Amino acid sequence: MAAVSQVLKSEWTKIRSVRSTVWTLGVALVVTVALGVLICLLASNDFGSTASRDRAGFDPAGTSFAGMGLGQLAMIVFGVLVVSNEYSTGMIRTSLAAVPQRGTFLFCKIAVAALLALVVSFVTAFLTFFAGQAMLGTHAASLGDPGVLRAVVGAGLYMTVIGVFAMGVAAMLRSPMLALGTLMPFFFLISSILGNVSATRKIGRYLPDQAGARIMQVVPPSGDDVPYGPWGGFGIMLAWTAAALLGGYLLLKRRDA
Amino acid sequence: MIEAVGLTKRYGAKTAVHNLSFRVRPGTVTGFLGPNGSGKSTTMRMILGLDTPTSGRVTIGGIPFRKVPNAPRHVGALLDAKAVHGGRSARQHLLSLAQLSGIPARRVDEVLGVVGLQEVARKRSSGFSLGMGQRLGIAAALLGDPQVLLFDEPVNGLDPEGILWVRNLMKQLAAEGRTVFVSSHLMSEMALTAEHLIVIGRGQLLADMSVKDFISANSADFARVRTPDTEPELREKLGTLLGEAGAQVVPEPDGALRVTGLPLPRISDLAHGADIRLWELSPHQASLEEAYMQLTQGVVDYRSTADQRAGLQQQAAAPAPQGPGVPGQQHPQGYAPQPGPYGQPAHPGQPAHPGQPNPYAQAPGGAPVQGYGYPPAAGPGAPYGQPNPYAQPQPGPQAGAPAPMPPAAQPAAPADISTPHPEDAR
Repeated sequence: MAAVSQVLKSEWTKIRSVRSTVWTLGVALVVTVALGVLICLLASNDFGSTASRDRAGFDPAGTSFAGMGLGQLAMIVFGVLVVSNEYSTGMIRTSLAAVPQRGTFLFCKIAVAALLALVVSFVTAFLTFFAGQAMLGTHAASLGDPGVLRAVVGAGLYMTVIGVFAMGVAAMLRSPMLALGTLMPFFFLISSILGNVSATRKIGRYLPDQAGARIMQVVPPSGDDVPYGPWGGFGIMLAWTAAALLGGYLLLKRRDA
Repeated sequence: MIEAVGLTKRYGAKTAVHNLSFRVRPGTVTGFLGPNGSGKSTTMRMILGLDTPTSGRVTIGGIPFRKVPNAPRHVGALLDAKAVHGGRSARQHLLSLAQLSGIPARRVDEVLGVVGLQEVARKRSSGFSLGMGQRLGIAAALLGDPQVLLFDEPVNGLDPEGILWVRNLMKQLAAEGRTVFVSSHLMSEMALTAEHLIVIGRGQLLADMSVKDFISANSADFARVRTPDTEPELREKLGTLLGEAGAQVVPEPDGALRVTGLPLPRISDLAHGADIRLWELSPHQASLEEAYMQLTQGVVDYRSTADQRAGLQQQAAAPAPQGPGVPGQQHPQGYAPQPGPYGQPAHPGQPAHPGQPNPYAQAPGGAPVQGYGYPPAAGPGAPYGQPNPYAQPQPGPQAGAPAPMPPAAQPAAPADISTPHPEDAR
């Protein structure tokens, strides 16, 4: 039995010895922070001209995470590449010949990648929060305000879990092109379309990203009738992710490598 | 010890491996041979637990691979030289594999030295040549100092020096008492490396025996007999005579006779008794290559057909070097490639390849016949007018063989190639 600690060590060597790790995680951080700061700056400049009704619904903490929608795509690329690189290079055979316990192999790989994503996501979340609030000036929220710390921590968790979800999907689909081709349009287009068209909104809000994004909001949008709270939404996202991982595991276990 | 029992693998309707049983013993290099697509790699993957057999089982030291404790310390494998993340350096690649089985990093540098990659150890492996990739794959297999080693086509892409190195490495590993299982389609390489052979074709076991037994069981030694080119009737006479004496005689395209079943002195005596002069009487031993060709003839999956170039006929006809009268007939023959990867057996003992000048063709009088009559006909392969010179010996009396090769036999050769083998239809 290949010891779990050995597999973890090996996966750490693998993940830090390819450039895509630095690139994808770097882009995720930079895009999220930069876009968050930009939107906060715009929001701050426009604040004077918005109606008072909208001012009441203004969510300073949530606004600083506005870049997450784009930044998460880079995190998805990271998640997909970490897993599907093994398949596209054929390395999976060498790996599985060395670790015949496929479950151990997959979950160690995902654990290492998830931990790295967690660190980067938390740095991103706090960085984008503080930088965003600095742009908002007088309208800024502080970490001590009710719900704000939960939103910032939630942003870090959200970003991590979206990456892990991508890893699970990639483990199922194997090919990086297929996995990215499925996940990218889904998170970039389909999910937001489903969430914004009134007929499908009731379905759209149970999708992983929309349910999970709830945890980043401090002040819910007006007229909000979502039947779950911040942690409830995050739970829905975790359920999606668990399902993706389970699917990936079962397929890996059964399939010929 | 690797042991397969009734190993079968089906992919949908296609059976890649069918009821394969064999044992690979320690202490010798065991060659695993078969034409392309015969199921060698599938079998290798099943041994390593990567593919699950449809039925049957394969064990290493009595244990299925997936249950072998700390597998890399017991079994090392090279499956695909290019199965490396191109962005990772050779050293990092090996380090990640070493860490999997708790092998110290020191060992990584050791094996890098063994395979001669120290210089490029820290370079990204995407820049590696196929040969360097093979070395890296071999390094990965050696990492855990395992007792059982599997190599899938290890010499692909290696230079002669590298091939020699791999050959000696395999022998050395076997001499140390390890089990070494090497797949290849290079017969000549196996003849030099392996002591034992397992041959499969279409996923089924064709042979499981020592190299020596394999050669003697699958081939017959033969004598080449040549009568003066100037007197074709002598050749006919000798053919009849030898046939009556119990030999199997097959005419060769350059005018010689291939005789099996009679010792050389007896051939000489018969010729002498009939007052036939001989220009050549030489013994030939079948090589492993020939023995292999003989065995796998019916199970080659990918056999190329003669390239008729019908679609290019218009363009090709204009600048054709041939006379304008015969392009249609000459092209397919003159330009036809070899019928398949093994289609034109490389007979080491056969000096007169169709493309090479025949030393005997210089004889006055005989030259025109040889020069113009035979080489084009022999071009498309099946140089003897028959696909298998051993299996279907011509009837003893060479009645139908007048001095120039029987014309009927020549058109038969291309037809035999372009028509799919009956077994290929499946």
